[in-house]
Amino acid sequence: MKKPNDVILQTVTTVISFIIILFSINLFFAGHYTPGGGFIGGLMTAAALVLLLLAYDVKTLNKVLPFNYQVMTAAGLLIAVLTSAGALLFNEPFLTHAYDYFDLPLLGKTSLHTAVLFDTGVYLVVIGITMTIIQTIGESE
Amino acid sequence: MSLLHIAIVLPFIAAVFIPFLFKGFRNIHTGWFVLLVPLALFIYFIQYLPVTSGGQTVSKTFEWIPSLGINFNAHVDGLGLLFALLITGIGSLVVLYSIYYLAKEKEALHNFYVYLLMFMGAMLGVVLSDNLIVLYMFWEFTSISSFLLIGYWYDKERSRYGAQKSMLITVFGGLSMLGGIVLLYIMSGTFSIQELIGMSGSLMQDPMFIPAMLLILLGAFTKSAQFPFHVWLPDAMEAPTPVSAYLHSATMVKAGIYLVARMSPVFAESGIWLWLVAGFGLFTLFWGSFNAVKQTDLKGILAFSTISQLGLIMSLLGLGAAALHFDQLDENIYMGATIAAVFHLINHATFKGSLFMVAGIVDHETGTRDIRNLGGLVNLMPITFTIALIGTFSMAGLPPFNGFLSKEMFLLATLEILEFNLFSMDTWGILFPVIAWIASVFTFIYSIMLLFKTFLGKLQLDKLPKKPHEAPIGMLISPIVLGALVVVFGFFPNLLSKSMIKPAVEAILPSLVESGQEVYVNIYFWHGFTPELFMTLGIVLFGTLLYATLGKWQGIYNRIPEQFTINGVYDRGLEKGESGSFRLTEGVMTGYMRTYLLYIFGFFVAILLSTLVVRDAFSIDTSNLAEIRIYEVILAVVMLASAITILFAKSRLTSIVALGAVGYSVALFFVFFRAPDLALTQLVIETVSVALFLLCFYHLPEISRKEERMGFRLGNAVISILVGVTITLIAISAYSNSSVFESISQYHIDNVYKLAAGGNMVNVILVDFRGFDTLFEICVLGIAALGIYAMVHFRGVRRQKG
Repeated sequence: MKKPNDVILQTVTTVISFIIILFSINLFFAGHYTPGGGFIGGLMTAAALVLLLLAYDVKTLNKVLPFNYQVMTAAGLLIAVLTSAGALLFNEPFLTHAYDYFDLPLLGKTSLHTAVLFDTGVYLVVIGITMTIIQTIGESE
Repeated sequence: MSLLHIAIVLPFIAAVFIPFLFKGFRNIHTGWFVLLVPLALFIYFIQYLPVTSGGQTVSKTFEWIPSLGINFNAHVDGLGLLFALLITGIGSLVVLYSIYYLAKEKEALHNFYVYLLMFMGAMLGVVLSDNLIVLYMFWEFTSISSFLLIGYWYDKERSRYGAQKSMLITVFGGLSMLGGIVLLYIMSGTFSIQELIGMSGSLMQDPMFIPAMLLILLGAFTKSAQFPFHVWLPDAMEAPTPVSAYLHSATMVKAGIYLVARMSPVFAESGIWLWLVAGFGLFTLFWGSFNAVKQTDLKGILAFSTISQLGLIMSLLGLGAAALHFDQLDENIYMGATIAAVFHLINHATFKGSLFMVAGIVDHETGTRDIRNLGGLVNLMPITFTIALIGTFSMAGLPPFNGFLSKEMFLLATLEILEFNLFSMDTWGILFPVIAWIASVFTFIYSIMLLFKTFLGKLQLDKLPKKPHEAPIGMLISPIVLGALVVVFGFFPNLLSKSMIKPAVEAILPSLVESGQEVYVNIYFWHGFTPELFMTLGIVLFGTLLYATLGKWQGIYNRIPEQFTINGVYDRGLEKGESGSFRLTEGVMTGYMRTYLLYIFGFFVAILLSTLVVRDAFSIDTSNLAEIRIYEVILAVVMLASAITILFAKSRLTSIVALGAVGYSVALFFVFFRAPDLALTQLVIETVSVALFLLCFYHLPEISRKEERMGFRLGNAVISILVGVTITLIAISAYSNSSVFESISQYHIDNVYKLAAGGNMVNVILVDFRGFDTLFEICVLGIAALGIYAMVHFRGVRRQKG
């Protein structure tokens, strides 16, 4: 399709999408205590990528972020399943999570939670599928 | 899990390694590895012989789904052990035979032996499970593995046809059997056969007793190829001969016999059982033997002969049920029928197994199984001839072989039933000896035909694809062993009586042996000048006469028109079923999204609205409502306006934007009602999906609404209004009926921090409390994405090719 030479959109997008991605990562990590989490974080990242797509085109995006989104989906699923199955090693039921508090440098007292690992899977799957769908349909035109 | 359980699943475990053994040891025939499994199992099961012959049983429990009463309970008694020994014993011989029959260079042995082992394990599971659901599971496993074995040479059209036929018929029977099992469970509350046996008295009073019995018998009859379900067995002969010898004579088809014997203590006191089992068995005996005579294929003759012999055993089991109506064990003559059934079961496995192997040898060495082309092989294949002679004479019921003894006992049982004065057996019962005698004459004819037309007469070398010679010794071992057993059991029948027949009979008729008594089994070789002996003489006389004049009366077989045969009915049923379901699918699946949505929403409305009405669940309670704020009113108006805009939008893009407006308004509502997580999700999803839709729909043509008929649009309007009304009603009722269920939110509020150390309830529910949901959800999403990817890309590929 014919691409309008939209300088303003392209310039703004470059900055905005970066901010959106940063924010989505924040959302993802904050998920356990405040609104957010893997699903929303993933969607928001995808939204940032969609914005880039709208401003530029599929080829440019692929050049800048050369991900294979099918592989990303598969990897996400694998992470989700493996982290859930991890509990089996400790003779706990599938999908049992563990957490504890640690004193980390810079961050101070932080709680670390295996649910985040599971959520990483969700995050990757959500980005992967959204981008797979959009890219597939976009490319086929 | 006990050793017994491991023994049952051992073939399955072994099957896993077969493909690796096949690939890894190319120059050793895979069969040699497989042979170890049945051999080891046979030796293992032999150890139980002293136990069961002492009247003891062994039970081992393995909890599987205890909350539903489904446990893998292995139960070894006389009957189960007899079958287990048949399965593993004949199994060993068949595997040994197959090593020489199937060439390792040409055949896909890894497939073959995996299926065979699967089948062996399934069969062991059937005969050694006490739990009906577990039994059913293994039962269907036998259907599936036999399907795979029959279709082993899947590039042949007849193989595929036979495999499908056997699958359709036996799985149909299996499913009805499952229905019977469920009914039994509803009546008794248990899946355990041993517990059911204890309850048989009270079960008989239940109105569901007869339906349960009929359903279970249907399962048994289809598996054991009883009339009119026998049609699958001849077509199953497309399988390799070792399979035919194993599945279609010695084991799988006997699963139905096993089931009838196993369920006898539960059902057999009913007169319907006696008539059904004995009647169907007897007619199958006649029909099978009658039709065997017209066959020209060696395996075809054997297939019909198997059908008829299975009918014989079945009818004996039915007649044996008469014994339950008498208490005294000593003078209970009807027990003889059950003894004969068990004895003939063993005999049939030996002589029919060897005969199938002989047929395989003839096929292997001459290249044909057609008796019109065969003949005069006696000089070329003397050993095979000897085995065939033993087998066929035993099958025909001639002395001194074991078939003679059980046939005499069978004839005696049909005579004795005349004195049975229940269920109008003393009047109609005269049919039993008459039909049995006629059927036996035909049995005699086809047995003689099988032997004479193959081995005697003129050798027609020009009609044989290969130059015949005696089979290699390895191929002969198995039939020789079976043939030897035929002779040994013929001369020393009491070798079996105490160790195998007695425990099996006691397991079939447990109520007769309760008070510490024992069944007395003594099979005489010479039993005097009795009526059954004269019947046998008559059979030989008439059989010889009819065989000699075969050409004169064979024409009657052509009198039956093709469309009235059961095969014709099956074929037409299959054809009609296929075309009918194709038309139905064509009609329902239009390929239009709107049609499917119509089905979905219509169903949805019908179910939910009718439930609301039937349950009288609709109520409005306004006492707890919050006040309505002005923003909410404005938002509602915006939502309504954008929803109506969609209805009248002329272009797709307008519709999408309006739809997005609805979505964003909903998100705002979430904000108002303090659900930031939902609002956030909704906003992001709305953004992404609107972008996506814009991307797709940009290229689609304008909407042309004028094409749609008014009636169609009216229908849509009705459905959508109904959906809206239903949802509103449900939401209001759910809110008003909040006293019925306590809200689960309090549990989450209490436990989110305590159990999962989280602050965000929604996220904790997603990853922790309901993690399974999320896991499967992302799986579904992943599949959907890959589906879209595949669809779009393959469309491209097809376009390029086209």
